[in-house]
Amino acid sequence: MANLTLVQAINLALTQEMQHDDRVVLLGEDISINGGVFRVTEGLHERFGSDRVIDTPLAESGIMGTSVGLAIAGMRPVPEIQFEGFLGPAYDQLVNHAGRMRVRTRSALTIPLTVRVPVGGGIHAPELHSDSPEAIYTHSKGIKVVMPSTPYDAKGLLISAIRDPDPVIFFEPKRVYRSFREEVPEEEYTIEIGQAKVVNEGSDITIVTWGAPVYQCLAAMDNLPEDVSVELIDLRTIYPMDIDTVIQSVQKTGRCVIVHEAPLTAGLGAEISSQIQESCFLYLEAPVQRVAGFDTIMPYYKLELSYLPEAPRIEKGIKECLAY
Amino acid sequence: MPRRTVYEASIEYMQILDEHGNLDEKLAKDTLSDDDVVYMYEHMVTCRQLDEIAFKLQRSGRMGTYPQNKGQEAAAIGSGFAAKKGEDWLVPCYRENAALYMHGLPMHYILLHWMGDERGNQIPDGVNITPISIPIGTHMLHAVGIAWAMKLRKEPRVVLTYFGDGSTSEGDFHEAMNFASVFQTPTVFICQNNQWAISTPRESQMNSETVAQKALAYGMPTCQIDGNDIFAAYKATKEATDRARAGGGPSFIEMVTYRLGDHTTADDARRYRDQAEVDAWKEKDPIIRTRLYLESRGLWDDDRQIKLQDRAKTIVSEVVKAAEDIEKPGTDDFFDHMFAVLPEHLIRQRDTLRTSSIGQNPEQAGLRATPARV
Ligand SMILES: Cc1ncc(C[n+]2csc(CCOP(=O)(O)OP(=O)(O)O)c2C)c(N)n1
Ligand SMILES: [Mg+2]
Repeated sequence: MANLTLVQAINLALTQEMQHDDRVVLLGEDISINGGVFRVTEGLHERFGSDRVIDTPLAESGIMGTSVGLAIAGMRPVPEIQFEGFLGPAYDQLVNHAGRMRVRTRSALTIPLTVRVPVGGGIHAPELHSDSPEAIYTHSKGIKVVMPSTPYDAKGLLISAIRDPDPVIFFEPKRVYRSFREEVPEEEYTIEIGQAKVVNEGSDITIVTWGAPVYQCLAAMDNLPEDVSVELIDLRTIYPMDIDTVIQSVQKTGRCVIVHEAPLTAGLGAEISSQIQESCFLYLEAPVQRVAGFDTIMPYYKLELSYLPEAPRIEKGIKECLAY
Repeated sequence: MPRRTVYEASIEYMQILDEHGNLDEKLAKDTLSDDDVVYMYEHMVTCRQLDEIAFKLQRSGRMGTYPQNKGQEAAAIGSGFAAKKGEDWLVPCYRENAALYMHGLPMHYILLHWMGDERGNQIPDGVNITPISIPIGTHMLHAVGIAWAMKLRKEPRVVLTYFGDGSTSEGDFHEAMNFASVFQTPTVFICQNNQWAISTPRESQMNSETVAQKALAYGMPTCQIDGNDIFAAYKATKEATDRARAGGGPSFIEMVTYRLGDHTTADDARRYRDQAEVDAWKEKDPIIRTRLYLESRGLWDDDRQIKLQDRAKTIVSEVVKAAEDIEKPGTDDFFDHMFAVLPEHLIRQRDTLRTSSIGQNPEQAGLRATPARV
């Protein structure tokens, strides 16, 4: 056991996967000697050398497209895109090739790649360094979408992602990168992709979230009256989604608030609430609430906390849902 | 002849003012007057001062991430001087503050941008500049489009676009070069080759000996110059803008320079590059050589230097004050510019946040939509 940050837990998962599987290669901008701009790959270049921890030219389409080729040829590429805002040039390769290759070839060619992407706001970063595009890649079929919120989950999920036979986009909430440490086992373990986690059991209301807002939800819960019993669910995997855990919870509580950083309209809250409506209609005591980013461009950092679903807004959402 | 050479080319390098302040008089003929050089020198020093202060603001928590331009002032100033203010366009990246300032962008806009305030991008009327561009390599296509519009309208105007060595690896760069050349748009591509793209040295970024040669593939006039030399930067850009204005299409200029600072304030360049390399480039600092030149011409002395430094300090502290004194924008700020006319749901979201008295259901609180302010 070691007390690790999210950054260190991801680093440990990468180290262990590289150790036991020499098909695993990391590629991206500034990931070798510099250890990545968030230092997630720190020390790996020294340990595994330039053939396995590769600084690429500055070209996201190049990174993703060659990863597709590497995967076809039997490697296990783990590309890094420096920030979610720079997925743009990689989109075509990820969505139109990685996500479709298995289907197009009727499983003759498969793409076991895991693209790591720092995601989300709240760190005072410049433009295009704070977005939450998880819904885009959930809607683009053939790609699994994972977003852990704790060091423990990150390690187990990343190992699963790298071993997964299909493309996985692994979003790392940068606001959590160094925000706290927790005990992470030294030995290898996996957490199944597609399993949500009940962070807190409760009976009055269900909150569904993922990524950094988990901590905003916990802060909001601290402010609620003692007798309010909240069930907090961290999805951990966004696609394929563990909707059963959500449904079971809402059938118990009858109320649900969904919290995400991404914009409200056509965000994943819409999908989740639709599924709740389909499966929990007669259990619901209140309309499902969404507390999300607004339908605007993510503002620069002076206003980012007004945009993000911070604890006070979540608290208000919970109270409204309870009062309905 | 079963095998023959079908294409041959070479790349010309130009330096006019060397690092010791010596001028190649022949090449310098009909370029910059004494007054021009003084003017450009003053801008360089002022922008260096901006960099120093911006760095301190970031370190003391008064500003977010900031990319210093330090060491690259000659490339920005020399090229920007060839652009006609109010006529030509600059389509920048983020490491040519001096060119933007000289082209009319109020300096506090630059700080506002890096202070996380979008009003720093609200370019004043008549200043032909696009905002600082964050997604690397993408904006050069806009430069081609703007230039194309000028060509279609038969206006004798040109567009200068700035980008780094690393940017030339992005696909969009190549599309921009090809479009510009195919449609012969009046675009000047200015690559500030500062040897590094964050931690990636130029040699790992590309296997070509020069960046300039990339333009050959697109059939575009191209050259490499000493980017720390205002004379060479000006002359090469002037030739390119003259050609473009006369209908001769796009050009490419590789300006060989060096990023003396970290990539940004979030970076620590000691992790990946030798201090000896940095020290060697410090000797080639464009500000030092321009001053040496001015002194050799009897145009500069310690007294003028002290006065300039004082003036630069005053300008920059006023700029900092302007950027810091501006009232924090209200939350309307990130709604109001979404569309010319705000759709109803955006108005509701905006007003909900403004009143902040309710959650996501403004109707429940009896809130009505208000018309968009456009
Ligand atoms: C599409 C995209 N990918 C990655 C980044 C992150 N990034 C910012 S600057 C930079 C290096 C740019 O190098 P270069 O083009 O040489 O310009 P310089 O910073 O040296 O002036 C990188 C990788 C980005 N901003 N945009
Ligand atoms: Mg560079």
